[in-house]
Amino acid sequence: MAEMNMLQAINEALSSEMEADQKMMVFGEDVGHFGGVFRATSGLQEKFGRDRCFNTPLTEQGIAGFANGLASNGMTAVAEIQFADYIFPAIDQIVNESAKFRYRSGNEFDVGGLTFRTPYGGGIAGGHYHSQSPEAYFTQTPGLKVVIPRNPEQAKGLLIASIRDKNPVIFFEPKRLYRASVGEVRDGDFVIELGKAEVIRQGTDITLLGWGAQMEILENAADMAAKKGISCEVIDLRTLSPWDVDTVAASVKKTGRLLINHEAPLTGGFAGEIAATIQEECFLYLESPITRVCGLDTPYPLIHEKEYMPDALKTFEAIKASVKF
Amino acid sequence: MSNATTNAETVHRVSFLDKNSIAIPILKVLQADGTAYEGAVLPVIDEALAKKVHDTCVFTRVLDERMLGAQRQGRISFYMTCTGEEASIIGSTAALDDGDVILAQYREHAALRYRGFTTEQFMNQMFSNEKDLGKGRQMPIHYGSQALNYQTISSPLATQIPQATGVAYSLKMQKKRNIAICYFGEGAASEGDFHAGLNMAAVLSSPVIFFCRNNGYAISTPTEEQFAGNGIASRGPGYGMHTIRVDGNDMLAVLAATQQARAYALDNNAPVLIEAMTYRLGAHSSSDDPSGYRSKDEEAKWQQHDPVKRFKLWMINKGWLNEKQDADLYVKYREEVLAELKVAEKIPLPHLDDLIQDVYDKPTPILEKQLAELKTHIKKYPEAYPKSAGRI
Ligand SMILES: Cc1ncc(C[n+]2csc(CCOP(=O)(O)OP(=O)(O)O)c2C)c(N)n1
Repeated sequence: MAEMNMLQAINEALSSEMEADQKMMVFGEDVGHFGGVFRATSGLQEKFGRDRCFNTPLTEQGIAGFANGLASNGMTAVAEIQFADYIFPAIDQIVNESAKFRYRSGNEFDVGGLTFRTPYGGGIAGGHYHSQSPEAYFTQTPGLKVVIPRNPEQAKGLLIASIRDKNPVIFFEPKRLYRASVGEVRDGDFVIELGKAEVIRQGTDITLLGWGAQMEILENAADMAAKKGISCEVIDLRTLSPWDVDTVAASVKKTGRLLINHEAPLTGGFAGEIAATIQEECFLYLESPITRVCGLDTPYPLIHEKEYMPDALKTFEAIKASVKF
Repeated sequence: MSNATTNAETVHRVSFLDKNSIAIPILKVLQADGTAYEGAVLPVIDEALAKKVHDTCVFTRVLDERMLGAQRQGRISFYMTCTGEEASIIGSTAALDDGDVILAQYREHAALRYRGFTTEQFMNQMFSNEKDLGKGRQMPIHYGSQALNYQTISSPLATQIPQATGVAYSLKMQKKRNIAICYFGEGAASEGDFHAGLNMAAVLSSPVIFFCRNNGYAISTPTEEQFAGNGIASRGPGYGMHTIRVDGNDMLAVLAATQQARAYALDNNAPVLIEAMTYRLGAHSSSDDPSGYRSKDEEAKWQQHDPVKRFKLWMINKGWLNEKQDADLYVKYREEVLAELKVAEKIPLPHLDDLIQDVYDKPTPILEKQLAELKTHIKKYPEAYPKSAGRI
């Protein structure tokens, strides 16, 4: 066990996987010698050479297409998109190609060895072009897995699992936690199974569900609720696609209530999908309507970032309203 | 069959075009000492134009120095300088008509200044206050002004390139004697939008100048890792486009090339590509530290090619400027920038109601509802939302 921040944990995961898998390459804008604008790939070019860790020209479309090509021909490709806000030029390659390589070829070809890593989310005074949470654009695409860690330990285990997974994975990294989240991380390589949610706090009155950087907020809200005598069960979904319906449904059957929190706008966000499914699975157990605490239906604002955020206070209010319903 | 194939010479053994076969000369007018090269053809420039260009150079230098300082003091959150690239930006804008539409990348605030953006307007944008034309929505340096025909900057790179093609086409359809100019870096020229934009401009006959600032780096990535082949200019002929490469640190070369490019674009309803060879003397942005990827020696070498100094020497040689006037201008702008900065940082931030404006032409019912709920919440916890709680 060693204490480290999320960037160091990601760097360790990449390094140990490159060590173990000679076919693995890491690439993207500025990821080579410089180690990426956030320094997640620091030292990899020195360790593994320029053929395996390199800068690409500035084209997300090109990066994604190139990654598809590598992975379709047997390589392990880990591509960085510098900010999740800039993944959109690559959307055709990801949504139409990465996601459908296996399906459209009748499994003649696949890009299972492909992982996109990309920093997402706000809270860094970045305005609407450095703060978006675009996960729902990808959860609606069959063929992609979508994974989001909440702390350094999770980042390492989930990233290694994503790289080894036989499907294309989009791994969203909560950038506001890159340096802020520090914790113990297991040594050596280990995986955290994809597609499994984690119950991080047991409770009896309401289930709070989220992912990534919002987990910290849910835990704060649960603490506030505890002072009012409300017992919250807190679940980190970890993998959004495919998501762990069973764990969430089991929890909601126990607590009778569900609150989902995400930073992306409410309308069309992934919380809507979860709410509909859980309503089907748990209709007779629900004691109040499923609640969503999400970003507003505006672009991510610069000045009113704090007001926009689905923060702990808003979550706390929603918890009370749900319990009182 | 296209002209290219009907008129082509034929050969009967394999013969590749050499990858280095495109040789591109570089236009230079001014020498380091501020005198013109022998035989150099000067742009159209009189004393008034030269003074406006020089004035914009000095203002830009001062703004960049002061605002980078303000960022380091934590007064603004982010900044980007154009230090070293003033000739590329100002020399090209100075060749335009005020009705020509500018679509910039983000490092071209000098062009906006040349058009008349006031110091106060710059400050209001950087402090995201309620007087900012962009209503405080974007990070510092994302300026824009309808009145000055300068479209608002967008962070996603290269998106402005095909847009410029469309703007230019609309100018043509509106029968305006105007063009569009589109600025971008050599890094942005790797994006798909660059290729789409140039191809469409050539095929659809859009009067647009594509102006590439080739400043050597895209954040940490040097040009050798950005493109193989002969820079960005070599792509122009490939798309069927008039093309020129200029010394981007030479104000007169940039001005001359852009004046002629503009005339050509207007007279022929055709795009032109200009590649200005320059150097990003500063960091990429206030979040970047270039010592991680390039040497002090390299930077020092480029300091010798300071475009502002070279142009100043030319003006002094012409008798249009003296050292004292130049020094006084720096003093004047330092005072002005500092004074406006102090005013702007005290102007209130945009009101909470603004949060749901301009998402659509008018707020939708769901946005109205979300704002109302938000206000109720903030009223309950005013201390948690200090920026807006006092003014709901
Ligand atoms: C689509 C997109 N991808 C990545 C980025 C992040 N980014 C911002 S500036 C930059 C480098 C741009 O280099 P260049 O175009 O050469 O212009 P310069 O900064 O040198 O003036 C990058 C990669 C972005 N803004 N947009």
